[in-house]
Amino acid sequence: MKITAIPLISIKALRRNAMRTILTALGIIIGVGAVITMVGLGQGAGEEVKAQVNRLGQNVVLIFPGSISLGGVSIGGGTINTLTIEDAIALRDEIPEVIAASPEVRSQRVIVYGNRNWFTRIYGQSADYLQIRQWPMESGEMFTEEDIEQASLVAVIGQTIVHELFEGADPIGETIRVRGFPLRIIGVLSEKGSSLMGSVQDDIVIVPYTTAFQRISGRSHAMVINVQVFNDESMDIAREKMTDLLRERHNLAPYQENDFTIQTQEEVAQAATETSRIMTVLLASIAGISLFVGGIGIMNVMLVSVTERTREIGLRLAVGARSGDVLLQFLIESVILCLIGGIGGILLGVVSTELIAIYAGWPALFSKDAMIIAVSVSASVGLFFGFYPAWKASRLDPITALRTE
Amino acid sequence: MPILELNDITRVYRSESIAVKAVDSVSMTISEKEFVALMGSSGSGKSTLMNILGCLDKLTSGTYLLMGEDVGKMNKNQLSGIRNRMIGFVFQNFHLLPRTTALENVELPLLYSREKLSWKEIRERAKESLKIVGLGDRINHTPNQLSGGQQQRVAIARALVTKPKILLADEPTGNLDSKTTLEIIDIFQKLNDDGLTILMVTHEPDVANFTGRQIVLSDGKIISDKKNKPVSAANELEKIRLRNDS
Repeated sequence: MKITAIPLISIKALRRNAMRTILTALGIIIGVGAVITMVGLGQGAGEEVKAQVNRLGQNVVLIFPGSISLGGVSIGGGTINTLTIEDAIALRDEIPEVIAASPEVRSQRVIVYGNRNWFTRIYGQSADYLQIRQWPMESGEMFTEEDIEQASLVAVIGQTIVHELFEGADPIGETIRVRGFPLRIIGVLSEKGSSLMGSVQDDIVIVPYTTAFQRISGRSHAMVINVQVFNDESMDIAREKMTDLLRERHNLAPYQENDFTIQTQEEVAQAATETSRIMTVLLASIAGISLFVGGIGIMNVMLVSVTERTREIGLRLAVGARSGDVLLQFLIESVILCLIGGIGGILLGVVSTELIAIYAGWPALFSKDAMIIAVSVSASVGLFFGFYPAWKASRLDPITALRTE
Repeated sequence: MPILELNDITRVYRSESIAVKAVDSVSMTISEKEFVALMGSSGSGKSTLMNILGCLDKLTSGTYLLMGEDVGKMNKNQLSGIRNRMIGFVFQNFHLLPRTTALENVELPLLYSREKLSWKEIRERAKESLKIVGLGDRINHTPNQLSGGQQQRVAIARALVTKPKILLADEPTGNLDSKTTLEIIDIFQKLNDDGLTILMVTHEPDVANFTGRQIVLSDGKIISDKKNKPVSAANELEKIRLRNDS
């Protein structure tokens, strides 16, 4: 048969039932669109996680109390009290590769300014914390070693606090109250964005750790020690030295396990990207199911179409079509139907990814691969689900087919 | 020279326990340029015989030679090739593709042609074919824009487009009024005068009178096969025209 005639016949048949074609293609459009959106968002989320891990600071190591961990992520953080302020000071002073160490203590408190109040997190940190996190100041300045020694009632606040409590006015020199203590604001942090866990990092008040321990949290041990290592190459050796030092300080016998967990930035990143990868796979498989359902829709419509066009098929066979010609015609028809869906799905996917990305504040990522895969997958869906109806059409007996009313 | 030769052919339909002989030991020969009417009441086996002649149905026994080729020994694909190359079909209910122009309907068999034809050749041949049946000016009309007689002309054009050796018409005038019937028969007679062999199934003796030979079937057997002096459809049409004018 004339090869160029096959797509023409198929397109003509699809146009004859334009509404049905659109509705059937919609199943594939949604399926492909969902796959592209989920993969795009997942990859975007992965990139965002990487960016956030980098935002953690450079060559940062986190030390958690306790040794319980799951998939590289400590789940016992903050529950066991093994890390002391002295540990942090010793890490900084006795290990040459460590250039900064900040014992962290968090508490959630209501802060009051005038007649306004705001529930936020108060962090006790050392003076070099901002250096560890690579977090520049917007105005004012960070507290000093002296403030730490004296447990001064001073604070540095994030952008959220500026907006919520001061309604954007300059807060430097103002005093906020926490548990009755007045805290004088000496600096404002620049905007940082969301953290790995999705919390807004700008919703923060940082005070000297001594102030936090003694006056605000009521705790005596650090929840985390943020450590900065000199450079990437000295990371492994620094890790060993830190382990030795902490074991010695905690008087651990050789048979005892570490009562702390050291996590490098890379490990945090790995754990976080693993999570986002699993999410991507999960979401993409759900999207894949909708593509599969769309495929079943194609099969259904093609079966109806074959039944409806029994006489047409009979006529084609009578005037000389081989059963292979009929098979090919219906197969091509369902492949074209799916390709329409595939192309529509790419458009839908791009638009919805952009929209969701704007809402979620992630970058949207589109790889050419994902689109090529989407189109070829939808063509295969067409082949797979179109085969049975096409085969059924090709098996028709021309005499019976022509006699069908 | 015989176009087709049937030798003691039988077609038996089996359904569970009953076997029905739809065509029972039929032998006949149809020569070039004949215009034959195949007659018989319903259930006489004429449709089955027609399907066998059209290479749509298989024989249970006997031999069928079409242009000297033994059709009974061919497989499905070879048969579809024979249908495309040698046989033109005209059906009682036209069987045109809906929402498809007359031209495209006529092009259809050429799309399945084993010859390598260009789109231009296909288009030209379809137009030519429509001109033969007098529809050269309606090539872009779809079936629902055409009258019954015009639809049947499109169907005849479609049957002619592959330049077949024989035209098989199954009750071609069954759905048409008497005047349109005459017009269609007139086309058949002209095609026959130009050398085309035509075999037409009909149960109307009036229609059979326009042909040169009448074969009557009953219970799957040929009960009569006689020559006939054909009535001219053109003359009949002329008579109607004169009557309407006066």
